[in-house]
Amino acid sequence: MKAFTVHQGVVAPMDRANIDTDMIIPKQFLKSIKRSGFGPNLFDELRYLDEGQPDADNSGRPLNPDFVLNQPRYSGASVLLARENFGCGSSREHAPWALEDFGFRAIIAPSYADIFYNNSFKNGLLPIVLDEETVDRLFKETEASEGYQLTVDLENKKVVTPSGEEIAFEVDDFRRHCLLNGLDDIGLTLQDADEIRAYEEKRRASAPWLFGA
Amino acid sequence: MAGKTLYDKLWDQHVVKTREDGTALIYIDRQLLHEVTSPQAFEGLRIAGRKPWRLDANLATPDHNVPTTSTERESGIEGIQDPVSRIQVKTLDDNCDHFGINEFKMADKRQGIVHVVGPEQGATLPGMTVVCGDSHTATHGAFAALAHGIGTSEVEHVLATQCLIQRKMKNLLIKVDGELGKGITGKDVVLHVIGVIGTAGGNGCAMEFGGSAIRSMSMEGRMTMCNMAIEAGARVGMVAFDEITAEYVKGRPFAPKADQWEQAVAAWSDLKSDDDAEFDKVVEIRAEDIKPQVTWGTSPEMVTTVDGTVPTLEDAADDVERSGFKRAYEYMGLTAGQKITDIKLDRVFIGSCTNSRIEDLRAAAEVAKGRKVAESLIQALVVPGSGLVKEQAEKEGLDKIFIEAGFEWREPGCSMCLAMNADKLGSGEHCASTSNRNFEGRQGYGGRTHLVSPAMAAAAAIAGHFVDVREL
Repeated sequence: MKAFTVHQGVVAPMDRANIDTDMIIPKQFLKSIKRSGFGPNLFDELRYLDEGQPDADNSGRPLNPDFVLNQPRYSGASVLLARENFGCGSSREHAPWALEDFGFRAIIAPSYADIFYNNSFKNGLLPIVLDEETVDRLFKETEASEGYQLTVDLENKKVVTPSGEEIAFEVDDFRRHCLLNGLDDIGLTLQDADEIRAYEEKRRASAPWLFGA
Repeated sequence: MAGKTLYDKLWDQHVVKTREDGTALIYIDRQLLHEVTSPQAFEGLRIAGRKPWRLDANLATPDHNVPTTSTERESGIEGIQDPVSRIQVKTLDDNCDHFGINEFKMADKRQGIVHVVGPEQGATLPGMTVVCGDSHTATHGAFAALAHGIGTSEVEHVLATQCLIQRKMKNLLIKVDGELGKGITGKDVVLHVIGVIGTAGGNGCAMEFGGSAIRSMSMEGRMTMCNMAIEAGARVGMVAFDEITAEYVKGRPFAPKADQWEQAVAAWSDLKSDDDAEFDKVVEIRAEDIKPQVTWGTSPEMVTTVDGTVPTLEDAADDVERSGFKRAYEYMGLTAGQKITDIKLDRVFIGSCTNSRIEDLRAAAEVAKGRKVAESLIQALVVPGSGLVKEQAEKEGLDKIFIEAGFEWREPGCSMCLAMNADKLGSGEHCASTSNRNFEGRQGYGGRTHLVSPAMAAAAAIAGHFVDVREL
C-alpha cells in the first residue's frame, strides 16, 4: 500500500449527498479480476453521456460537460470534496480502487458509509471527516477560486487552506499509523498468531459444532 | 452494571485481543465467498505466499455473474455468453480448487445467492461471526449472528488470519411492537424504518430488530429486514435467538448434529439483549402504522406508502435533500405529488438476497395464482435464491403458477438486482423490484427501480402499475 504523509492537490467539489458505490464504479466494471485500471470508469454514468463497457477503450466516448471532473479547472484534482454519507451502498472495494486509480488521495466529507470508510484506508486513500459547516465553506472557497488547492497533513492531522488556515481532523491512531507507513495489516495481525490459535482452541472446546463442517 | 445487548455479547465472545488504541482483533467463524470480491484477495494470498488459515470456515458459491436462463446454464461455465463474467466465475472455481475451499459450483443444485445459501445449509449459525465481501451479509444477523460485509482487502485478511481488526460499534435498537397488518412483510417493515431514520441513520451502529412484531416474524422475514440494515447505514442487522431460529436451523447440513444439538441450543439461548441492556439509541415503531411500502426515488430512504404520492420539494428537510429530490424526479421521470398507483411499470423482478426465499415465492405465487401479467409489461422475472429454493418451489407447483400467469421462471443467482448478468432494465424503464437498492443505474443503465415486497411486486405485475395488496 502507498504510504500517505502530506499531500497537496487541486480540490474537486461534488456537491451531492449520498454518493453511492454504484455511482462511483458501476457494476459492469466489477467483473475485472484485477485491482487496477478502474480510474477511467470512475463515476462512469455521470462522467460520460453513453453507457460504458468493461475492457473497452474510453478515449472516444462523449463526455458530460456538466460533470465536475470534466471541467478543465478541476483537471488533475486529487482531493475530492463531497456531502454527507459518501460511499453508501455496497462493500465493493472497487470504489476506493477507482478513486485512487483516477488520482484521488484524499476525500473530505461530513460523513461516510462505514464499509467504504474502512476500505479507503486499506488503499492509501484518506477519508477525512469535517463538520458540515466547514465542508460547506470549503465548497464555497473551491468554487470561488480556480486552481484551489488544499494540503492534507496526516502526520499532524490537519488540512491547510491556501490562506494558511489550519483545520484539525480526527483519525483512528491505528489506521493513521498503517497509512503513514504504508503497512499491510495482515502481517501485523499474523504477529498475534499464537493468540489467535489459543482463542481458536478455546472456541473449539466450547462450540465444537463450528469446526470441521 | 447494566446488562448486555445481543451485539455486546457476540462481540465479547469473539475478541481475541484488545489493543491499546481500542481496536480489537475479532475471530471470524464463517466466511462466505463469491466471484466478484474474491479474485483480488486470492491473488494477494498467492503474491504473499500465504495459505488460508482455516479451510473449513469458508464456503463459496458464484452468484453475481451467473446467467439465469436454463439455455445459457446448460453448458456450464463455457456456456456463459459474457466473456468477462465467464472469466470471473471460472476464477472462483480455480481459486477454490487450488486452495481447497468448499464451493457449490454453478452446476451444483446447492448453488445460489450466498446470503440464501448460507442459512439454507446451516452454514450460518446463531452465535457466529459471519463475513462476506458483500454488504448484504447483514442478512445472517437474523440468526443472532454478528454478520457484516467487508471489502476485498478484509476478505484476504480473514482468509489469511481468520480475524478482522475492528472497533466496536454503537448499539441501535429498532423496536417494532404490535401486530403487523394483513399483507405487511419484513420488507415493508425495513423500508418503513429506512424512511424514518434515513440511509445514514444507522451509520456506525449495529442494529437490532426487536419488539413483539419481530418475535412473531418468520426467519425469512427477519432475514429480509437484516439484509437491508445496510440501506439504513448499519453494517450489522440482528434479531435475537428464539424457538423460531432453532426450528429453522435444526437438521440443516452444516447444523450441529444430534449429539451436539442440545449443547448448541443451550449456548444459543442467551443470544438476546438483556432486559436492562442499554442501547445508544432506540427507535420505536408501532407495527399497526406500517403500510405497504414503495420507493419512488433513487435512494432507499425515498420511500412512501402505496396509497401515497411522490413528495414535493416542501416535504424536503433541507437544501441538500431538496436538490436530491430534484435530481430524483428527473432521473425517475416522476413529478412531485404524483400518485404512486399511477406509476406505469415496464418490468417486474422477484428475486435477490432480500426476497428470493421460499416464503417470498409463496407470497408472490399466491397473488399470481389464476391471474395474468399485464400485457403492457415487457418482462416479469422470478429468480429463486438457490437451486434448492427452486427445487422446493417446483415441488409445490409454484413454477407452474408463475409460468401460467406469464412470469419467466429462472435459474438461481443475483440477476436483475444488480444487473451484472444479462438480466437488466433498459434506459427509462420502471421496474417493481423485490431487491434492495434503487440507486441510479443499479438495475441497468438509466433503469428506474421501485423497491417493494414480493406480494406487491406480483400484484404490480398483474395490474401493470402499483396496487395495494391489502385490497386484493
